[in-house]
Amino acid sequence: MRSIRAAAAGAVTLSLALAATACGGGSATGGGSNDSPKTLTYWASNQGASIEVDKKVLQPELDKFEKQTGIKVKLEVVPWSDLLNRILTATTSGQGPDVLNIGNTWSASLQATGALLPWDAKNFGKIGGRDRFVDSALGSTGAEGEDPAAVPLYSMSYALYYNKKMFADAGISKPPATWDELVADGKKLSKDGKWALGMEGSNPSENIHHAFVFAKQHGADFFTADGKPDFTSDGTVAAVKQYVDLMAEDKVIAPGNAEYAQNQSVSDFAKGKTAMLLWQSASANLASQGMSEDDYGIAPVPVQSGAPGTGKQVNSMVAGINLAVFKNTDNTDGATKFVKFMTSDAEQKILNKAYSTIPPVKSAQSDAAFATPATTVLKDTLANSAVALPQVADESQFETAVGTAIKGLFADAAAGRPVTTGSVKAALEKAQQQMPAA
Amino acid sequence: MTTSPMAPPRSFLWSRRIFLTLLTGFVLIPVYVMVSSSLKPLADVTGAFRWLPSELTIRPYIDIWSTVPLARYFLNSLVVAGAATVCSVVIAVFSAYAVSRYDFRGKRVFTVTVLSTQMFPGILFLLPLFLIYVNIGNATGIALFGSRGGLILTYLTFSLPFSIWMLIGYFDSVPRDLDEAALVDGCGPLGALFRVVVPAAVPGIIAVAVYAFMTAWGEVLFASVMTNDTTRTLAVGLQGYSTLNDVYWNQIMAASLVVSVPVVAGFLLLQRYLVAGLTAGAVK
Amino acid sequence: MTTTAQAERPAVRKSPPGAARGPRRRTGRIHRVGLPYLLLLPALLLELLVHLVPMVIGIVMSFKELTQFYIRDWGAAPWSALDNYKVSVDFDAPVGEALLHSFLVTVAFTLLSVGLCWLTGTAAAVFMQDTFRGRGLLRALFLVPYALPVYAAVITWVFMFQHDNGLVNHVLHDQLGLTDKPSFWLIGDNSFVALLTVSVWKGWPFAFLIVMAGLQNIPRELYEAAALDGAGVWQQIRRITLPSLRPVNQVLVLVLFLWTFNDFNTPFVLFGRTAPEAADLISVHIYQASFVTWNFGTGSAMSVLLLLFLLLVTGGHLVLTSRGRRSAS
Repeated sequence: MRSIRAAAAGAVTLSLALAATACGGGSATGGGSNDSPKTLTYWASNQGASIEVDKKVLQPELDKFEKQTGIKVKLEVVPWSDLLNRILTATTSGQGPDVLNIGNTWSASLQATGALLPWDAKNFGKIGGRDRFVDSALGSTGAEGEDPAAVPLYSMSYALYYNKKMFADAGISKPPATWDELVADGKKLSKDGKWALGMEGSNPSENIHHAFVFAKQHGADFFTADGKPDFTSDGTVAAVKQYVDLMAEDKVIAPGNAEYAQNQSVSDFAKGKTAMLLWQSASANLASQGMSEDDYGIAPVPVQSGAPGTGKQVNSMVAGINLAVFKNTDNTDGATKFVKFMTSDAEQKILNKAYSTIPPVKSAQSDAAFATPATTVLKDTLANSAVALPQVADESQFETAVGTAIKGLFADAAAGRPVTTGSVKAALEKAQQQMPAA
Repeated sequence: MTTSPMAPPRSFLWSRRIFLTLLTGFVLIPVYVMVSSSLKPLADVTGAFRWLPSELTIRPYIDIWSTVPLARYFLNSLVVAGAATVCSVVIAVFSAYAVSRYDFRGKRVFTVTVLSTQMFPGILFLLPLFLIYVNIGNATGIALFGSRGGLILTYLTFSLPFSIWMLIGYFDSVPRDLDEAALVDGCGPLGALFRVVVPAAVPGIIAVAVYAFMTAWGEVLFASVMTNDTTRTLAVGLQGYSTLNDVYWNQIMAASLVVSVPVVAGFLLLQRYLVAGLTAGAVK
Repeated sequence: MTTTAQAERPAVRKSPPGAARGPRRRTGRIHRVGLPYLLLLPALLLELLVHLVPMVIGIVMSFKELTQFYIRDWGAAPWSALDNYKVSVDFDAPVGEALLHSFLVTVAFTLLSVGLCWLTGTAAAVFMQDTFRGRGLLRALFLVPYALPVYAAVITWVFMFQHDNGLVNHVLHDQLGLTDKPSFWLIGDNSFVALLTVSVWKGWPFAFLIVMAGLQNIPRELYEAAALDGAGVWQQIRRITLPSLRPVNQVLVLVLFLWTFNDFNTPFVLFGRTAPEAADLISVHIYQASFVTWNFGTGSAMSVLLLLFLLLVTGGHLVLTSRGRRSAS
């Protein structure tokens, strides 16, 4: 009996000890090391048509890297639905990849966790210097005034994709340049079961990206200059309302889009069910669905009036993927080498071509592949009229809170309920109060 | 009631007929959708719903294996659910035997504690459990987080309370005289357990095993946090069909069907044991 | 795990028959007194590891300010005393208000779902007590929803509930013309109905199974005696079947209640990470509060409150049912 009791006591002590170490936190080792210089783990985001496509694109490059450096890179392509969660658990436990892709809008949020290696001048020096990168892309790598938490890998911007044949059939000669024109054209296009525009009404991130641009066009921001949430100014309310009204008031978006969250709007466009699509770097995606490049045109995203530019003429967010090094890596040198490899001119050209994205590295942009009419639109947008999403620690919460609020507004619009300035303001007010108090 | 001397009145027969017909429809429609959609070409599932396929194709059943590494997920689920079931049943048998046959201090505390874990919201211990696994890994080198082992351990514990509870009931129904006779014959207590009680409780044990397997096969929340690329189970892997640039409903339905067939077939084969096990065990 | 394995092994080794014959006195005593504990040890250790210790940690977490700034090293996270709880139960502020709303939705959902599951399950079991042609087949069919893995079943329902290409709208709108335009089932207010439908579809066979098992324990003589007294089928059901099922029902309803209340899989597969407001079940709500907004402290506090509520309900249920039993006997 005594031995049993001792065993039980031992078990309890063990459990409590585990509990105590667990409470002690995941990762006290802050600095990273070079304990295993021959291997790296790389989490790539899902950029291609499928995870298998990504593996096919990336593996040959990783083999090249292994040949050059002798470092074997273990690749895992993480679906978008899992990526943030996986990064979060990796951060909490200290057990994660060495190098990883992050959506560039998360940069400041993840920077705040302290899990990512800061890119100070010294680290930048190892990969050829900060000046190699385009400024707008660097603007989305972390909070202002701090060393970037990641380096840009692929850049993207929104553009208006339009179906040439459907436009011709409706007697429209050129893509709309302003929202008024888009709505006017849209009324001509939305008939016989076809609709003018596609949207992902249930996807919080897509909603945020559009709402952010509309807000900019209304001269408003979702955060004050000192980083406090400010969701309910007249400008932001008008912006969100204008966005949702494309479905509610103008009826140029099919109500069914309110429940889209899995890129159904892209396949609707590819199948000719919708005439227009606001998307980032859709070419590769459309090609994989059998839509020929000759069938659609690419134009800048509409503005309120005039031509795209800075200030109120902004017509895209700076979209893109950043490459970050996990601070806990046991191969800091190898990880840095890998970042250098991935951001080298040669790799930038290969990878951005494969994903129909724009290289954030200046010297790689000169390649002829990025001078087609399609990529020129994206490139010009990035250079002249795209703005980074707020680089604040609460950015990911903002995406969730406001993105979900807009999802609710789309649900109202789809159900035929009125979407008024009052209801938009109420939804945003609620979203704002869910933000962390600090 | 089978020997009821009076024939049931018409009102009873008609209510029964109507009720059971409606219920059958409710139960079967999703099953029909699953089966028929899995045999449709993609065009049939992206447009308006149609009851009958425009043409029958087995294409989805071929494509599912290459769209996502379904075979690997399948194997992972099989290993995890299988191991969790075996361990869970063995441990539940030991515990239930102790509770059913012995009087000891803390018996009531044990049963109440174990049963009360059914109340815990999974979300409360998801993150702590994950941290514990990580810390065990750091301290001892036993990889629990991200490994199948960790999932097995977690899932077997999920089915344990209900299994123990059910087996206690079942063991109680096995006459004590039997194992006492075995003890007199010179078997140890464990000899009595394995030679007398367990064979007499086979239906109950099968019922418990079926339950444990189903629990492990269907769990989503912990699988989504605790697995990685190589250890992902079907529950998470199946979501892979809709992260592409289109939602391949025909493939999703085909894959759902493929992952369901082993459990449903097993369940239906063993369901009479389940009823027998529940009759003698849980509901007594 | 190693401890478990070691703990098990000696117990099994000592099992061969004859080993118990004439052992040294001390081992004999351990056998007699210690054996039950030894047999319970694996289960106990696992429960400790997977349920109890994590729960304790969860409670500790609920008193910390665990946001993105601290998750990396959460020993360093500052203690926040009762702040997380204050935020959670301040029903005038949005966080508390949303939690209360989610709680009420969950209560309504659970009561309806458990009620309907029980009703359907009991009715089906009672109707199928008699043998008739096709009964075995029907019984097997009825168990299919329960046997299907949750994600496979729910994803099928997601497909059926699609606005543009789902079966539900096709039938209700296109074929029967019951609605003037296709409805949305996975967003907006209808989502509650969708969730309830799926939950009942998935849950009632369990009630059916248990009630069916319970029916077999009702002695046949009771029915025979009632029949002799001239009671018809309906009266037999009311006077004998239902009262005899009471003890089974008490357990069944409690188990269904706990499972439905804590259900995460169904709403998560049905709606994804952010559930529509009308179907914002508490488990997904807490998941969102923790994982999507990165505030694990508040998330834990909400879970602890949920646990307290469930404890209260279960305790109340046990007190009520045991009192009922005592007065009945």
